[in-house]
Amino acid sequence: MSAPSVPQSSQVIEETPRTYWLDSERFLSIVMLSPAAVYVLLLVGIPFVLAILFAFSDVTVGDPTLDHFTLDTFQRVLTDPNFQRALSNNVVFTLISQAIMVVLANVLAVALTRNFPGKWFVRFLILLPWATPIAIGAIGWLWMFDSVYSPIDWIFRNLGLLKQIGVTGQVGILKNATNMYWLGEPGLAMFSVILVQIWRMLPMSTVIIMAGLTSISPDIRDAVQIDGVGWWREWREVTLPLLRPILLVAMLFGIIFTFTDMTVVYVLTRGGPPPNTTQVLASWAFIKGIQSGNLSEGAATVMFMLPVLLGVALVMLRIARRTEVS
Amino acid sequence: MAVVETRGLKKHFNDVKAVDGVDLTIQEGEFLVLLGPSGCGKTTTMRMIAGLEKPTHGEIYIGGRKVNDLPPRARKVAMVFQSYALYPHMTVYNNIGFPLKAEKLDKNAIQRKVEWAAAMFNIGHLLRRKPRQLSGGERQRVALARAVVREPDVFLLDEPLSNLDAKLRAMARDELKQFQRQLGVTTLYVTHDQIEAMGMGDRVAVMSGGQVRQLGTPQELYRSPADTFVATFLGSPPMNLVEKDTCILGFHPEHILPADVHREARDPLHIAFQVTRVEYLGSERFLYGLVDSSKGQTKIVTTIPSIVTLPIEAGRTYDFVVDRHDLSFFDKKTELRITPVPFAEEPSSVGG
Repeated sequence: MSAPSVPQSSQVIEETPRTYWLDSERFLSIVMLSPAAVYVLLLVGIPFVLAILFAFSDVTVGDPTLDHFTLDTFQRVLTDPNFQRALSNNVVFTLISQAIMVVLANVLAVALTRNFPGKWFVRFLILLPWATPIAIGAIGWLWMFDSVYSPIDWIFRNLGLLKQIGVTGQVGILKNATNMYWLGEPGLAMFSVILVQIWRMLPMSTVIIMAGLTSISPDIRDAVQIDGVGWWREWREVTLPLLRPILLVAMLFGIIFTFTDMTVVYVLTRGGPPPNTTQVLASWAFIKGIQSGNLSEGAATVMFMLPVLLGVALVMLRIARRTEVS
Repeated sequence: MAVVETRGLKKHFNDVKAVDGVDLTIQEGEFLVLLGPSGCGKTTTMRMIAGLEKPTHGEIYIGGRKVNDLPPRARKVAMVFQSYALYPHMTVYNNIGFPLKAEKLDKNAIQRKVEWAAAMFNIGHLLRRKPRQLSGGERQRVALARAVVREPDVFLLDEPLSNLDAKLRAMARDELKQFQRQLGVTTLYVTHDQIEAMGMGDRVAVMSGGQVRQLGTPQELYRSPADTFVATFLGSPPMNLVEKDTCILGFHPEHILPADVHREARDPLHIAFQVTRVEYLGSERFLYGLVDSSKGQTKIVTTIPSIVTLPIEAGRTYDFVVDRHDLSFFDKKTELRITPVPFAEEPSSVGG
């Protein structure tokens, strides 16, 4: 193959063509990138630097001057039992909800990639929570968990798991009361928060895993059938290893969203009951820093998210680079 | 080793009749090729035999046993896919050993068998690599080794050579055929490449529209195609078809030669051939041109071996000859093969 020849012009053009500054890639790249750069700098970069500065100071809403550097704030935050509870809640909520979610999302994704009548409708229903703003979803769940009118309790009463209202002599199997009081007891409240976190993250994880499943070539599936392994072995030795990279992405997203979330806790329990047993870092920082006006303690609280988020970010960057290379 | 038989095999996807009544018997140790254009139902037929697809109708027997309701693993078949379908996350060793693990063989037995299969295909040195570190030819060998390692009753090969480059393919064809002979395993081979089919098949089944058009040895198919579809699907270039009165005449490009050269023809039929283009391909010359037919003029191709040095130029008409014994006759309506019909030779207007 010969390279296409450059057409030879018979006359040499003497004048140099005019250049426009929009033709300059240097100029254009700055113009195109600057809105994003300004946005990130103003709304992420500056608050981030401020938060670090606040965490090492003693500023409050009443005294917002950054006049001296101190580690006392961290010491006060760390020794606060409410903070300790929030930190451990954060870890517990994230780990449990992610573990359950990964299993459920896998089951759902496998089911939704099979053919069955009404598949699109089921897919639609499962994706719906993702399209709902978190606050609205959480308020919906607040009603579901209502101490008196909870529809879940109504179902439980009719199944005999709870006592019927006004019926004497009957004993509820699950609890000898007419209501569960989902958000009224520490254990149940934590359970409720985890449930809503799973409900919220499930659609996205399912979609991510579905994408991973459909990317496995049908020939591989056929080969597995011909080779004659059972479904468990197929899952463990073929599907899961091929799914691992995308599963990791789903989990990283889940960790970020769950670890940094305050909406669910704030709407459902306000950190209670009793006060501050279901608090997480984000809600505790909000209560301390914004509602109580103790900016430095709020900032110091939030700093404890940093190691986890940094780790996740590094893993993400590594994945991104690996997919770029291959 | 086993006889494979299908009876009235059908597969309908809603309105599409992918396979529409296939009766095939693959003899013990036979190499049978399913040949046809894409969408003719050949792969679906194979997938039904493998157990990857449920027939809409009909029965499948392997070794005298009806296998319709058996899952693939119980049919003792091994399949090689067009994409090879190697497990990308496993080493070559584990890829080959995977079906054995499924049979719950112990480690030593697996190792012995994997090494045996790897040695057979000369890939012993690749056992620790992953599929992505292999060339196309090496991957194909791994896929074959994985199929062989279980010592199946039946091999099902779905276009296993189509992802190889042309040079490698000719070599792989030869090797594949040798392995099949050596192992003596009943083999069904699906391809759209008539050269592969003719070169490797003990018998070839030509499929079109979900049905087998003709089943026979490569020689039978080539010498006496059952219909015009088979006639035009085999050979490169394929058989020329020329309409004459109520029938269609068929003759292979190498059977029509300049009258001066084709002297040994027992029963010569003279044809005036108006050459429009000459292609020199080294070992032979391809002549493209027109001959008279009931439809006016029909395009045909002839191939002339390079030992015939007679000068032939485009734009002129020559006197060419076909031996009547080399002619095939097809009915104009049904396009099926018919017994030879006598017809008069038209006075040829030869200007060469």
